[in-house]
Formats: sequence, C-alpha cells, structure tokens
Amino acid sequence: MSGFITLSNITRHFVSSPAFTERLAKRLTGQQATATVVHAVEDVSLSIAEGETLGLVGESGCGKSTLGRIAAGILPQGSGQAHVDGKPVMVNGRKRMTRIQMVFQDPFASLNPRMRVGDTISEGPIAHGLVTRAEARQDVNRWLEAVGLDHTAAERFAHQFSGGQRQRVAIARALAMRPAALVCDEPVASLDVSIQAQIINLFLKLRRELNLTMLFISHDLSVVRHVSDRVAIMYLGRIVELGRTADIFANPRHPYTRALLDSAPRLAADGSAVEDVVPIKGELPSPLNPPPGCAFHQRCAFAQDRCKTERPILNTMAGVHQTACHFPLEVQRHGR
Amino acid sequence: MSASTTKAQPLLQVRDLATQFSSRTGVGKAVDGVSFDIHAGEIVGLVGESGSGKSVTGYSILGLIDAPGKITAGSVKLDGQELIGLSRSRLRSLRGRRISMVFQDPMSTLNSVLKISRQMALALEAHGSLSSDDMHRRSVEALAKVGIPDPERRLQSYPHELSGGMRQRVAIAIAFLNNPGLVICDEPTTALDVSIQAQILVEMKTLVREAGISLIWISHDLATVSVLASRLLVMYAGRLIEEGPTTDVLRHPRHPYTRGLIDSLPSRAEPGRDLVQIPGSAPSLFALPQGCAFRARCTHATNVCGMRPEQTRAGNRTWRCHNPLGAPP
Repeated sequence: MSGFITLSNITRHFVSSPAFTERLAKRLTGQQATATVVHAVEDVSLSIAEGETLGLVGESGCGKSTLGRIAAGILPQGSGQAHVDGKPVMVNGRKRMTRIQMVFQDPFASLNPRMRVGDTISEGPIAHGLVTRAEARQDVNRWLEAVGLDHTAAERFAHQFSGGQRQRVAIARALAMRPAALVCDEPVASLDVSIQAQIINLFLKLRRELNLTMLFISHDLSVVRHVSDRVAIMYLGRIVELGRTADIFANPRHPYTRALLDSAPRLAADGSAVEDVVPIKGELPSPLNPPPGCAFHQRCAFAQDRCKTERPILNTMAGVHQTACHFPLEVQRHGR
Repeated sequence: MSASTTKAQPLLQVRDLATQFSSRTGVGKAVDGVSFDIHAGEIVGLVGESGSGKSVTGYSILGLIDAPGKITAGSVKLDGQELIGLSRSRLRSLRGRRISMVFQDPMSTLNSVLKISRQMALALEAHGSLSSDDMHRRSVEALAKVGIPDPERRLQSYPHELSGGMRQRVAIAIAFLNNPGLVICDEPTTALDVSIQAQILVEMKTLVREAGISLIWISHDLATVSVLASRLLVMYAGRLIEEGPTTDVLRHPRHPYTRGLIDSLPSRAEPGRDLVQIPGSAPSLFALPQGCAFRARCTHATNVCGMRPEQTRAGNRTWRCHNPLGAPP
C-alpha cells in the first residue's frame, strides 16, 4: 500500500478492569470478575494519497475518533502501524513526528483558557525548534492571517472569541507546526450553520494553498460529501465501504451506507421540496460485544444466513470502490 | 390545513413577547417583540442559530424563565387563556397537562435515581388520580407509541440503562403522557445519531398526526425541521425575521438572512466549491445595533436599515426587512 498517510491493520481495544466492588462481589460468590473490552477499532487499513482528503463517516461509537487519534499519534494503537510519508507516527508508544497534526471538535475544550492565543500558537513550534522565540511573533501573525484572524488576536484569551473564531485559532495552532497532514475530528460539528460554512471554506482554501493531506472525520454526510475526495464508512470498528465520494453517494454498495444516506434529512437540490427520511431499524450494537458475522446483519434488510456467521471482508467492487458485504447492492442507474 | 381551521382561533397566540436577561454588563434582549400563532394539530419549526432566542421563546411560553431573566412584555394565550402573569401553582397545573416540553439532553431531564415506571407515574399523578393498574397500562402504551421495544421491561429500567435514543423516547413519551394540546421540543434530536434521529422524526410525525397535537420544533438544523414542520419561523438576534409555509420559505425566502442560511448548507453546493457564507457573526444580545440586527452582515443593507424594520405581512408570509428579496413569481 502506498500513500502519504497509511494505516496498516490498526486494531485498538480499550480494556476496563472490573471495579473493586465488583471483584469483591464476584470473589464472595466464587466467580472470577472479567474485564470488559471495547472493540473500538478492528483491523483497519487505509491509505490516503498526498494532497487527498479522505472523509471518515460513522455514527457515535463506531471508532472513527479512535482511528483518527491513532493516525495523529495521540493514541497508541493496539496493533498495526500508522505511517506518514513512510515514517512511523509512533515509536514505542511515543509520537515521533510533527508532520501530522490534529484539529478537535470542541474549541472550547481544546484551547487552554489561561494562555494567550499567541502563546497557544507558538508553543509547539518553539518547543520543536521550528521557530526561534525572536521569530515567534511574526510566525504567529502569519498563521493568524492564514486563518482569517486579526494580528491583535494574539494578545487575547480564548474566551474572548466566538466559537467560529476559536476554531480558527485551533486550526492556526495545528498549522503552525508545518504539518503535511491534518486529522480533523468533527471540526465544524459544534458550530452554527452560517459559521460552519466559513470554516469549511477555510479548510478548502488551506488545502489548496498548503497541499495538505487530510483525514476528515464527521458524522455529517453533507459536510463530508463537500470536502472529501474519497469517503470511508465505518461501522462498529471496521470500514464497511470505501470509494470515491461521488460513487459512494450515487451508488452505495453496502446496505448500511444506503441506510445512512436515506436517514439523513436534507433539502432537495433545487431547495424546494424536502425528501423524506427513511430510518434504519434498531440501534448500533454494543462494541463491548460485537455480533458475530457481519456486524450490521441484525439491522440489515438484505441479511441472509451467511451474514450471521461469516464476516465479510472489504472487497473491491469496481475501480477503487470497496465494500465489505456478502450481498452488495446493485449499481443504480440514477443515484441521488 | 383547510381554510375553516385556519380561521378558527389559534391554539397558541404569542404577541409582542419580550424576555430579557440582566447582568452586570447590561440588559440582554434574548426575545424582542416576537408574535406568532400556532393552530391545533400544526407542526411549526422554530429555526435559528445559537443566541437567536429560539429556546428562550420556548421557555417563555411555558413560564420557565428564572432570574436574572424576566418576561418584560407581551402576551401568551393558550386557548384564549393568558399565561403571562399566572401564579406558579396555576402554571404547574398547566405544564405537562396542556403544554409540555422535550429538552435536548434527556439525561438532564430524566431523574437518574428513579425507574422509568416511577417517573411516568409521577407525571400521571400530578394531573389526575388513576389506579396503579391504569397508570401502568397508560405508561406501557405511551412507551410503545414512541417505538420502544419491550415496554413492559423498559419500565423497570433506570435511565442509565438505556441508550441515548431510548432515553429521548422516554422523555417524549412523558411529554405526551397527559395528551397536552401543545408540545415544545427544544433540539430533541441534536445529540443523537442520524439513524436514531430519523427514527424519532418518523415516530414524531405519526404520533402528532394520531393525537392531533400541535408541535413547536426548535432547531438550528433547517433540514431536520423541514422534514417535520409545515410552517417555519426564523429567528435572528431575538427577533422573528421570517415566517411562512416551509416549502415557500425554503424556495423563496424574503429575508436575506434566511437566504444566507439556506445557501450556506453544504448539501446545496457543488462538492469542493467554496460555500456561500454569511460574513461575520451574530451580534451580542447585550449590544444589539440600532435598526436591523442583521444589517452589518447583510449584502442588501441600505441606509434605511438603520431603522428597525417592522413586520410586513403578505398572505401567510411575514418578514422583517426593509429590502426584502423578490416575491415568488
């Protein structure tokens, strides 16, 4: 697999050991308390080409944020390896590169309230020797400009800004590290619609100007459709479909992708009528105890016996379009 | 809605409602002269961005404004009965029985130490005397109606044992329990995944149709609101700036803000192209500009916008703008 960002067979489980009281209770009844294991990410491989934006879509609990954090080197993987430009992101559980940076969902939580914005932006580059203290001021101004903020912002604190402006600061902080790749985890989810458009436009501009490679995580299909070259759909820790954005939206081959598209409310393209939503039945199974076979089989309208026992692997359908389904949907002549 | 029912007296009549919050920095006009009607059996979407006053409008109708907030003017009539100025006990007897509310976060509205059965019984006991068998039957029915599988068993659960979607369904079931005439939903699906949101939207539609209940659906998400609502109210900086049937408003918005809101949705743009964006951000409610509050961000603004625009009405549409966008052909 060749790519700028490559994730190879990433698996990550979270183990929570039983609480003291539970251990005690089990001990008294002569049983053994067992740890609970969350299967957050299971054997995921992805490759993102230089300058490409890959959208990662899924519902809460599907493991998309965990995967993003592993790619950004914030969270160690259980097994597998993440590389950026051929070099491992982490070595022995420590991040070993600055070329991949992350932008988080909530700029109210991701910015230090007691640091001036200028210090927030320059702290990383100074610590890594990318700029000297003497140059820091000018560097901060450069990145503030790049994200559309005034130079005076450097002297202020995060609480003096609105949500959209804070997200700009968070983006400036990531960019000041001169990254070649960016992981964005729901970067517009907490913003108002009119501000969302401003930040999405900012991402589009930065990507053009800096040739950034991006992993763009979102639950919002319309946002992902707008910014991504390719889209990966995640369900319960695994990629179930992967392909070019236009193909995924016009011709989803996995029933889950189809159902996800049908359940999102949207205004029709001409802005007139509103198409109806078609809900998926049931709820996301617990990642504590993923079902055998295809993880989606309990909610799938097309499931057959085989789906209950045999887990489908990600198969190439046509071109770069891949799906993990025993009975993929037919290509439709008229997509949405 | 047929012509005969439109002429009937509206279920809810809000006139010149004003709610303010005072703080050391001054007075914030959260709701500033809002007027609208809700008819029986109607679903109305109340749309706006954060700080637009949409939630405070909902709270004001129910009398849920506490200090430092205060309803300073206006009238809210339910079936002709004035609600502003009612005593606490009178309001309590109305809430849950004739108007109820569903909030965004069900974890903060459900009591985490009581079983669902007890919480539902409390809501029933507050407004009537039923035998425990009847209460149980009503509770099971209510849970089944909002699509909760195995309601008998779920009644014996605590909120933390349920998923987010199930919790919100319980909150909705409780809101509908006493067959109120009006339910106000404040962003009830915002915290939920799209697949769960879709389930609740569809269930809501059926529920409202069957029970003939009126619904005010408060949301920042135009697309979600449009799935449910037959009429839209758009708020900006505490004022109601546009109102009309959903399709008409979406197709031919008269207020430039509504136009901007619709155009900035990524689903309306060609992938990869820059989105149409509204420049700047909403003004602080503590320092509202003179005249039209949208003036500074508006591409259509002229000198006259320094004066506060009055509500203009044409047919079933209203707007507050000196330079409204073109009328539908």
